[in-house]
Amino acid sequence: MTSEILSIKGVSKRFGGLRALDDVNLGVRQGSVHAIIGPNGAGKSTLLNCLVGRITPDEGSVTFDGGSLLGHKPHQINQAGIARVFQTPEIFGELSVMENVMIPAFARKDGAFRINAWGRARERGEVRDEAEHILDDLNLWSQRDQIVNSMSRGDKRRLELAMCLVQHPKLLLLDEPTAGMSRADTNNTVDLLKKIAERGVTKVIIEHDMHVVFSLADKVSVMAQGTVIAEGTPEEIKASPKVQEAYLGGAHL
Amino acid sequence: MSQSVMTPDENLSKNMGRSPAEGHEPKGEGLRGFMSSSRSDYLLLAIFALAILTMPIWLAPIGAGYPDILQKFAIFGIFALGFNILFGFSGYLSFGHAAFLGTGSYAAVWMFKLLSMNAVIALVFAIVVAGVFALLIGYVSLRRSGIYFSILTLAFAQMSYNLAYSVLTPITNGETGLQVSGSDPRILDHMFGSPSGRGVPDFFGIELQGWPGFYFCAILLILAFFVTMRIRNSTFGLMLFAIKSNQNRMNYTGFATRPYLLAAFVISGMYAGLAGGLLAVTDPLAGADRMQWTASGEVVLMTILGGVGTLLGPVIGAAVMKYLEQIFSSFNEGVLHRTFDFLPHGLQEFMVTITSPFVGEGWQLTLGLLFMIVVIFLPGGIMEGVRRISHRFRRGRGETNAAPAHDGH
Repeated sequence: MTSEILSIKGVSKRFGGLRALDDVNLGVRQGSVHAIIGPNGAGKSTLLNCLVGRITPDEGSVTFDGGSLLGHKPHQINQAGIARVFQTPEIFGELSVMENVMIPAFARKDGAFRINAWGRARERGEVRDEAEHILDDLNLWSQRDQIVNSMSRGDKRRLELAMCLVQHPKLLLLDEPTAGMSRADTNNTVDLLKKIAERGVTKVIIEHDMHVVFSLADKVSVMAQGTVIAEGTPEEIKASPKVQEAYLGGAHL
Repeated sequence: MSQSVMTPDENLSKNMGRSPAEGHEPKGEGLRGFMSSSRSDYLLLAIFALAILTMPIWLAPIGAGYPDILQKFAIFGIFALGFNILFGFSGYLSFGHAAFLGTGSYAAVWMFKLLSMNAVIALVFAIVVAGVFALLIGYVSLRRSGIYFSILTLAFAQMSYNLAYSVLTPITNGETGLQVSGSDPRILDHMFGSPSGRGVPDFFGIELQGWPGFYFCAILLILAFFVTMRIRNSTFGLMLFAIKSNQNRMNYTGFATRPYLLAAFVISGMYAGLAGGLLAVTDPLAGADRMQWTASGEVVLMTILGGVGTLLGPVIGAAVMKYLEQIFSSFNEGVLHRTFDFLPHGLQEFMVTITSPFVGEGWQLTLGLLFMIVVIFLPGGIMEGVRRISHRFRRGRGETNAAPAHDGH
């Protein structure tokens, strides 16, 4: 029950003289929603970048689902079951919504590389089924033929989430999924993430909005200056004077 | 055509309770446009084939109704089609594709010399050799992207060009160029007792000169067009467009993008090999000038002129360029005087004076102007112009069709 799907041990990363990550230890339980909070520059995104293979840590180990993630390329890490939603949506702007969702579904079905230069992409039934299903789920069905560039910001974020979910990842990384959203959009996103949480997808979420964090997370890690300064349930974090001092500036929650 | 998104049987088996595609308009312009249906694809193919095969008739009035130039249209159409698979679909701009064109020519002439004057053997060999060559160059060049990739391909092509003139002279015959001659072994021809004495490439007995030569090239162009169409609509094609759109996302989505790009590079190299082979078929001579960077630049211009990433664009771009090169360059003052004959004498002289720099040796000036106009006003090339006109035309008819047949050809 309490097995860790992801464990980060002693991870450090320097950029020149800057210690971006300093001996970070973090464990994410299977099926949980783990939030990482902290002020800007605390190293949250750097940590996420280490997980997806964008950067390689100088020291430490990252173990996911029984294997090490270090030294693997981004596509290998994705194939191992980690999908990431970026702070600014990374999507295929010139393609249609349907195509955007079919592409990740193909990655799951066909692997990292397979040439099928003859069969029509849109006639791959299983892939289409998956894509249609997820579009229906995330309320994007009516926009399926729209070119993504012409969509609203909120819809783009939802689409990127759909692109990750269609892969049925074991671990979903969300980098500030509600940044720059209105209160109403934020609430919609929280509802959506709760709905996904019911399916038991493990999630690591970076978020500034405390409302979002405390309504979603099972566990919260607080980062400051490249290291984890506190960890616990949302209630514990709310109550911790150390956290209030370091991050929340003493403000009462 | 209200259900242009799906084939009818798909609609039956799925989407029960949903209302697919009804009253539903795609917004915005995509890389691939709307996913086209297979029916409209085959319609396009049929129209294309018909148009290509009847070129001798409908291009005669503008002075292009003779086999030499039409062959060039077809051959460079194939070259540009293949180039577009790399540049148009995946967004990787190669500045060295002429290397594969030249390689194809050399390979074909060597087959003529060693084995047989049969064009099929020569073309297969040309495609294979160009493909292998593309695999090597592509493998190295694709370590980089963007401008660095372009520069690497350019460097390789220039290297090949210089090697053909120096170290590789035993294979390329240097500046004289590689030619067929009566003393060539032509093993297969002699074995089957059909030595083609005149040294004219043939297709199982049909000499590929003049009109037969054109129809041979035309049929290969139609085949190449069909294959390109299949690739464009295939899963592989979708992956290439996705790489063009956002390569980062492709990596984080679990794709090894480099093998996809290498495959596209090799395929487009093989198209170039086929085109180079056909140049040798229609004129059994191969020279290193075919590999020069100007030739590489030419195919870039053709593709941009016609419409990057479109199916028809590169073929049209190739034809326009070859037309300017062949016809405009042959215009002289005499032709201009005749053209403006209907004007009063003074005006006639005036018109001749201002137009003469744009014809004859100055045809490239016309090309440059045309290129500038297209890039500034129609960034999507001639095909974008066609699309705009057809949109306006459709709107002019009062939007009777609810679903736009936007198919992105």
